[in-house]
Amino acid sequence: MLTEYFPVLLFLAVSAVIGIALIVIGNLLGPRKPTAEKASPYECGFEAFEDARMRFDVRYYLIAILFIIFDLEIAFVFPWATVFGKLGMVGLVEMGMFLLLLVIGFVYVWKKGALEWE
Amino acid sequence: MDSIIAAFHWFVSTFPTLSMALGLLLLPLVPLIIGVAMYVWWERKVIGWMHVRMGPNKVGPFGLAQTFADVFKLLLKEVVYPANSNKTLFLLAPLWALIPSFAAWAVIPIGPNVAWSNANAGLLFLLAMTSMGVYGIILAGWASNSRYAMLGAMRSAAQVVSYEIAMGFSLVSVLILAGSLNLSDIVQAQAGGKGLFDWFWLPLLPMFVIYFVSGVAETNRAPFDVAEGESEIVAGFHVEYSGAPFAVFFLTEYANMILVSFLAPILFLGGWLSPIQGWVHADVAWYVDWIWKGGWPWLFLKVFFFATAYVWFRASFPRYRYDQIMRLGWKVFIPITIVWVFVAGCMKYFGWVTAGA
Repeated sequence: MLTEYFPVLLFLAVSAVIGIALIVIGNLLGPRKPTAEKASPYECGFEAFEDARMRFDVRYYLIAILFIIFDLEIAFVFPWATVFGKLGMVGLVEMGMFLLLLVIGFVYVWKKGALEWE
Repeated sequence: MDSIIAAFHWFVSTFPTLSMALGLLLLPLVPLIIGVAMYVWWERKVIGWMHVRMGPNKVGPFGLAQTFADVFKLLLKEVVYPANSNKTLFLLAPLWALIPSFAAWAVIPIGPNVAWSNANAGLLFLLAMTSMGVYGIILAGWASNSRYAMLGAMRSAAQVVSYEIAMGFSLVSVLILAGSLNLSDIVQAQAGGKGLFDWFWLPLLPMFVIYFVSGVAETNRAPFDVAEGESEIVAGFHVEYSGAPFAVFFLTEYANMILVSFLAPILFLGGWLSPIQGWVHADVAWYVDWIWKGGWPWLFLKVFFFATAYVWFRASFPRYRYDQIMRLGWKVFIPITIVWVFVAGCMKYFGWVTAGA
């Protein structure tokens, strides 16, 4: 059964080779005349006056956390969905309860205003 | 020229196994790269027509060689490394975006069990690979150490992960009805005597729409392309990229678009199955039988439709505002998908939809 996954590994390797080859070719064929102006970060003609790794809106962070929660839920639902045909009523009711809990959390997040982007 | 051919012969005769393996592997990836080139040409042509322009028409017949010319131009351009960037991560980012988007093609079937890897967990692997792409985006934005790149990467990452959830739930609903993670089995589960009315788009219509819209948002394409909103943040996460690394990002984006265009028919529109399957019973000749028996031409026709829909959206819709995108993803799509997962469960349990009938 694992032999089916060998092409996946080969695909990973070959796409890595293609990517590296493209970048190496680009570096070899292209000219290289760096100047201070050319290498400065693009800021619409302004001088970049501080490091770009600045503070950013906390909502991005919030979205990332919510994503982890919901993506884990999906990871839980995946195996259930695969064998659902064999589980019958018990499976349906249990997943209904699981989704209900998820919805309660979702409603809470919504009411707290974590999904607002005005 | 003769010396190149001689060198090729020498390589093949000295390393037969290695040559064979390389040849077999380049076999699926080279068509993908050519497909990307043709798709870029088609996009520019269609948008040209929609703008009442000619589109590319100078390089090669009908401008077909335009994309190849662009690629060679990009490869010959200087690769600029921004002074404050983290060089290693700066070069790692395009690779990290490219590798998963190419590796995902290993499990795409173009016929019954005709895939490079007929893996049992095909759909799970696809979900994993499409999720990996976001690392490339965020790495590119961070490593560039440029304000626009950073903001673009933030926006893009938040948008991609938001739509990932809706997409994940729509995959789950397909799984419930098909009962298998194997993509080939998922297509076979849509076979039946009622032709196109046996496909999953009918019981899962909201999920089908959500899947494709999420796919458009996931690949950062118009109307959800705020990640590279030209008027605000110039080009988004790849603003500092030039030459070959930019070409790699470009390749990734279009390979991902074609991947989404392949998955939509495989999951919801019966893949290579014919829409009139079971309506016509005849044996005429192999070159017309596929019209009612199904075959890879149907898959490619459906893929062509979705790929063109991408272009059509881009030409037709104005760009969404960022808060509207997040509202659509979180407040519209996710509630609908959660409800429909349960509805799909009921459909399966009460036997309203039978797989592979």
